[in-house]
Amino acid sequence: MLRRKTKPVSASAKREERIFYLFILPWLIGLVVFSIGPVFGMLGLSFTDWRISLDDLQFIGLDNYAKLFADPIFWTSVGNTLYIVVGRVVFGVSFALLLAILLNQKVPGIAFFRAVYYLPTVTAGVAVALVWIWIFNPRLGILNYTLKQIGIQGPPWIYSSQWVKPSLILMSLFSVGPIMIILLAGLQGVPKELYESAEIDGAGNWAKFHSVTLPLLSPVLFFVIIISVVSSFQNFTEIRVMTEGGPGESSNVMIWYLWENAFIFLQLGVAAAVAWIMFVILMALTGLQFRLGRRWVYYEGEAR
Amino acid sequence: MTTDRPKKTVSWRKSIKGRRAIGIFITFALLIPLGILFVMPFIVMVSTALKPLNQVFAFPPRLIPETAQWQNFPDGWYGYGYVDFTTCTWNSLKITVNNIIGNLVSCTLAAYAFARLKARGKNFFFAIVLATMLLPNEALVVPQYVLFNRFGWLDTHLPLMVPPWFGWPFFIFLLRQFFLTIPEELVDAAKIDGAGHARILLQIFVPLSKPALATLAIFAFIGNWNNFFGPLLYLRTPNVQTLPVCLVQYQGAYGNTDWHLMMAVATIAVIPVLLIFIFGQRYFVEGIATSGVKG
Repeated sequence: MLRRKTKPVSASAKREERIFYLFILPWLIGLVVFSIGPVFGMLGLSFTDWRISLDDLQFIGLDNYAKLFADPIFWTSVGNTLYIVVGRVVFGVSFALLLAILLNQKVPGIAFFRAVYYLPTVTAGVAVALVWIWIFNPRLGILNYTLKQIGIQGPPWIYSSQWVKPSLILMSLFSVGPIMIILLAGLQGVPKELYESAEIDGAGNWAKFHSVTLPLLSPVLFFVIIISVVSSFQNFTEIRVMTEGGPGESSNVMIWYLWENAFIFLQLGVAAAVAWIMFVILMALTGLQFRLGRRWVYYEGEAR
Repeated sequence: MTTDRPKKTVSWRKSIKGRRAIGIFITFALLIPLGILFVMPFIVMVSTALKPLNQVFAFPPRLIPETAQWQNFPDGWYGYGYVDFTTCTWNSLKITVNNIIGNLVSCTLAAYAFARLKARGKNFFFAIVLATMLLPNEALVVPQYVLFNRFGWLDTHLPLMVPPWFGWPFFIFLLRQFFLTIPEELVDAAKIDGAGHARILLQIFVPLSKPALATLAIFAFIGNWNNFFGPLLYLRTPNVQTLPVCLVQYQGAYGNTDWHLMMAVATIAVIPVLLIFIFGQRYFVEGIATSGVKG
């Protein structure tokens, strides 16, 4: 707990404090048992040769990590993960922002479009991943058929090691719903007076977007970028259903590599090490964003 | 766009009315094609579900099947002897409903505490809520698997149904943001009437937070109904499986799948979330918008 000089507390304040801890108790138990406990348990286990049983664990120091660093497939999976993270963040967030701006226009029927745009997010999952296998079919799929109509020879999508990652990023653009809505809420929170005064100053649409919308939206954008980095690490369903890491290792991402090691090769110690490296990468990325964020995120003078 | 200007010899294209009309035109010119794009995967799914097998592989692909083969739905549902979709659906439903209730109860309590109660250590714990929002849950599977194995919970629904009763950081955060918008005076008035925190929570906060709670319920429904990772990991026996895992079992080796039947079952699997979304989307979008994300 934080060190802080506390005044003698009154009885009612003490009671309130007890109720506070009572109310957060379920979450607190869950935190310890299902999150923090596992995180640190896993750190310990990543230093063991843990195969299936926990009974004859041998401490092997950093061997699991050494093994990983020597495995070219591990590095491929790290590279693939970062590729997909960058792709999903750059294209996903820009696309979501574009959609949010569109949905922020005052035209009739906009609520209907909002629902339609959110629809693919709702149905994301195994069922729709299966549909996408079909959409991506190079010969018979609707995507390449449509491209052919406008004179483009479509690529083999998820069936080629070159195109599989762009395919997965493209598919993820269909489920940007949550960040689209969060950005839309952010846009609606921009005070109208600011646009009006910008107009009086003779600002055009681009100037308004650049000098009013973007600065005021930047805290929301920051939040959205962080969220989409985290969610890009969790793309297990698509990989399992659509590619199983292939062709070759071209869509082998860290979460798939972890899964394979844990539940197919039964090398749980190695899998624990992979998970820890994932955490470290994620923390590093988040830390980096907070550093960069200081430069571009604008807070309206309010104390956070 | 509503500034008053002298109406003189401005051309129509540059007039306020004209600019507005052009704006609306451009907006729709973008809105409609994107809308079609977004429903396309769904249309492909339904149309494939209605085709006979020989038309599935016909080229060029047709979005509207020549004849609708409704028989695909029962055929798909009962077609695979070792996959019992009825059981899977019940399992999915049971887990989903339990998890929604569990999440709502545990997160409401925690969110109220973080929004309205004073306590030493509160900021510290709230920082942990925020930090754990960034924890990729799927990376925790290995230790969780071991834990549930120790508990003897493997191949039961417990690993999926118990954790939701212990809160979910993202929901706690969203709900707390919403609770912060409820006027302090209401709470003070209730306190003067001698209401305790449990009563304030139940009689003031919960009724006023229906949109936010509905939003979370829908979120939880979607997340749990579509959850694939957990069931795949913890469940083995066919009769405890959930719908997404059943669907994947339909998937044969690359290319050797009865696509029309699989899409029929996929369509059925998607219908519940679709209905929940259609009926709840008003709450849904507004719930996120009002709870906001400015922290």
